[in-house]
Amino acid sequence: MIKSSKSIKVIIGLLGGAVILGGCNAPTFGAFRGATTQGHDEFKLWVGFAIAGIAVAAIVWGLIFWAIARYRRKGDEIPRQFHEHIPLEIIYTTLPIIIIGVLFYFTVVTENEVDAVSSHPNEIVHVLAYRWGWRFSYYGQNNKSQGVMIQTAAEPKLLAQPATSSQYPQLVIPEGETVRIVLNSADVVHGFYIPAFNFSRYALPGVTNVFDFTPTQIGVFRGQCSQYCGLYHSEMLFSVKVVSPGAFTKWVSSQQITQNQPGGSR
Amino acid sequence: MKDEGRLLLVIAVFGAIIATVYWFTGYEDGGTVMLVGTSLLGLMPASYYLWWSRQMKPRPEDDPNASPAEGSGVIGAFPHSSIWPFVFGLGAAMVGLALVFGVWTAIFGIVLGITAVLGIISESRRGGNI
Amino acid sequence: MTLLAGRPAVAAAGAHGEEEHGPSGILKWITSTDHKVIGKSYLITSFLFFCAAGLMAVIMRTQLASPDATVVSQHAYNELFTMHGSLMLYLFAGPFAFGGLANYIVPLQVGAPDMAFPRLNALSYWLYLSGGLIMLGGFLTVGGAADFGWVAYAPLSNAVNSPGAGPDMWIVALVLTGFSAIFTGVNLVATIFYLRAPGLTMFRLPIFTWNMLVTAILILIAFPVLTAALVMLWADRHLGTHIFEVAGGGVPVLWQNLFWFFGHPEVYILALPYFGVVTEIIPVFSRKPTFGYRGMIFATISIAALSTSVWAHHMFTTGVVLLPFFSLMSYLIAVPTGIKFFNWIGTMWRGSVRYDTPMLFATGFLIVFLFGGVTGIFLASPPIDFATHDTYFVVAHFHEVLFGSAVFAGFAGIYYWYPKITGRMLNEKLGKTSFWLMFIGFWVTFIPQYLLGLHGMPRRIAEYSASTGWTTLNRVSTGGAYILFLSVAVMLVNFWVAWRKPVPAIGNPWDGHTLEWATTSPPPSHNFYALPPVRSERPVWDLNHPNHPTISHEDKKQVSEKELAGVIAGSDKGEDR
Repeated sequence: MIKSSKSIKVIIGLLGGAVILGGCNAPTFGAFRGATTQGHDEFKLWVGFAIAGIAVAAIVWGLIFWAIARYRRKGDEIPRQFHEHIPLEIIYTTLPIIIIGVLFYFTVVTENEVDAVSSHPNEIVHVLAYRWGWRFSYYGQNNKSQGVMIQTAAEPKLLAQPATSSQYPQLVIPEGETVRIVLNSADVVHGFYIPAFNFSRYALPGVTNVFDFTPTQIGVFRGQCSQYCGLYHSEMLFSVKVVSPGAFTKWVSSQQITQNQPGGSR
Repeated sequence: MKDEGRLLLVIAVFGAIIATVYWFTGYEDGGTVMLVGTSLLGLMPASYYLWWSRQMKPRPEDDPNASPAEGSGVIGAFPHSSIWPFVFGLGAAMVGLALVFGVWTAIFGIVLGITAVLGIISESRRGGNI
Repeated sequence: MTLLAGRPAVAAAGAHGEEEHGPSGILKWITSTDHKVIGKSYLITSFLFFCAAGLMAVIMRTQLASPDATVVSQHAYNELFTMHGSLMLYLFAGPFAFGGLANYIVPLQVGAPDMAFPRLNALSYWLYLSGGLIMLGGFLTVGGAADFGWVAYAPLSNAVNSPGAGPDMWIVALVLTGFSAIFTGVNLVATIFYLRAPGLTMFRLPIFTWNMLVTAILILIAFPVLTAALVMLWADRHLGTHIFEVAGGGVPVLWQNLFWFFGHPEVYILALPYFGVVTEIIPVFSRKPTFGYRGMIFATISIAALSTSVWAHHMFTTGVVLLPFFSLMSYLIAVPTGIKFFNWIGTMWRGSVRYDTPMLFATGFLIVFLFGGVTGIFLASPPIDFATHDTYFVVAHFHEVLFGSAVFAGFAGIYYWYPKITGRMLNEKLGKTSFWLMFIGFWVTFIPQYLLGLHGMPRRIAEYSASTGWTTLNRVSTGGAYILFLSVAVMLVNFWVAWRKPVPAIGNPWDGHTLEWATTSPPPSHNFYALPPVRSERPVWDLNHPNHPTISHEDKKQVSEKELAGVIAGSDKGEDR
């Protein structure tokens, strides 16, 4: 009994430690480190959960394997017929409650960080998901249209063909600035999912979902529809290109020029 | 009888508590309606069982010291075979298919269903066997 | 062992001697209202659906073994995963438990001659069978079977996005099987409340029966919601209503709310019976009473109650649900599940554990289910769910949990009760081979899927490009799926061997504890010649081992074994058998 409560303390300690350490050099347990501040917060939580989960699983597996190895039937003797131990049962009911209390606390803290929306985002991108493609329309501060729109070759229409790989739309966003995503769906439920950002959100018809990113890493990241949306669901791809703020400004003005020319490509 | 009633009462009480908490935190009507429904689903049979448990003596299965002999006697009619469930099932499936392929299969389905119900009624009157 | 006189087991009106001049052959099967025949029909039918759905899984895994594969078309792939999920969840895992095992075992465990409503029971089976055939019949229609996933999210499932007869057949099939489940639920509750043997109080019921009772109540809570939602969906498709359509002022998210209000209790409808199976097997093979019997019942009831208030943890990423509420309720389920785990271990603790095939599968269940449960805790955290929602991480999690319960514990149940049901033993060597193949295949299949999910592979995609770097892990997972296929094949060989070269089973081959082992294998018409007295939750153990009654842990210092032996009133035999 004393032993098990000690080990629980160790778990809680490990969990807390992991959350504080924030996984700078910690193992990733298979997950992305998160290329946005929000995604990185999620990653820290994930590391804590992974350590706590592995510790709990190891203890319970240990007990199971001990029971398997130790209490194999050897003779024909009948073991003592005990069937309860109330204090022990109370302990293993209470301890999980404490553990989930800790997990819940860190969950709520992280959730508030991830879900927080800034009152003054630097860039606003309206994302429209449709079968089977994406449209990104750019707005500056105060939600003023910048006249830039990136979209899959196929228009949102019934039974459209998905884009080919050279035409997947690319969402370009500046590094280190808060980017507001305003997410809508033109037809069915889609999932706006960027694995490297550790984030996904449904695009629901009739609902506008709003959330913020602050990218912390320059590069190109894969994005994909995660909620099954019909025939070509697996080809509903896009990518996210994070560039420096200067390069972003240049990109916007170059797009404004090309897109606003008559007959210019979109 | 008491334990059965209490079990159902647990569902009623739990459903009611969660429905209240959910309504005042989520303000979402669909889920609240379903939780209230869950609560009522527990409450109705629970009140019935608890009411009956006051009216009747403990049954042999509620008495921890009952002997097997106490349960002897007729405990119910258990028909050994009957064609009517099959007929009724077939009828129900045809009515179901009518929702896909049009009303015409529903006619056969309803005829089969009525036949089966009549069959079961007359079968029960004869004593529960074919 | 003395056979005890007492309650004449059957006092049913005019039921004796029915078999002699009853119908025979296929007509006998069609007209039977015997819970044993219906239970067997359920077991066989649902096992066939399991095999069909398993084959679909093997085809899907073959498709995913290489990038940009064209083993099947995208459309066919979408049909396959929809039908795989629908068959496994609606037609195998649930009906196998509450239609098959419960139908056969519960009346025996409570000492009843049959289910409370035998004809309703037969109707349940026919509705289930016709529903299953209609669902599979979708493959024969022009547009193919339903292809909107087993969750049928609106508005993807409306008449514009999913036209044709296949989706309609899917809806009708679910309405029929839904009614079948509701009828079985009513039947089980009535049987357990009204047909128990004398002395078998509620707190002496075997845990399997307790779990089936709670499952039956959950069915009554959950399935009507599904049926109602399906009727609304059908009305949207055919009557021009706009319940789930934005265009007419409807709310698409309502479908998700309704579906998951059914869907999450459904998950426990699929899991609780198998928890019950394991709780029957572990004490018998450890030769000890269930540790924490009342704790087990408390845990079962809490899991069921909590399961009605966690549905929106499937909808964390919709952005329109109350995250902390559903997160906390989902976490809380870990507590009763933990109690169950510790009680299972406590039952084995200081026992005398023998690893016959049923116990092997039950132990396998403990090991795999734990991992699935821990990853379930991860997913109950909204931020982690944001990162892994709709990816293979979720796929791996619920396969680990559902495969762990329905297949590991389900197969444990088959091996455990096969002698009771058929009067024949299954081959131990083949059984153990099948177990080890399954245990290894299981980890090889699903551990790579966890990693794939963390690398961002979404579920329900028919193809992926090689540039994603998912090929190797997918290959490994496919290899594991083939091993699982082989394991089930070995199991089928075992059935065949038992059929061709029968090894007869005695009434109580495992030294079982509960009333089903007090009758012959297979049981006679209306189940019992005589019932033993019921003085604890394991009457057959008390009968066979009168010197080893259950003792309370606190008593051990005060009461010696000898004194205890004297305590048992009416035990006429000093020695164990």
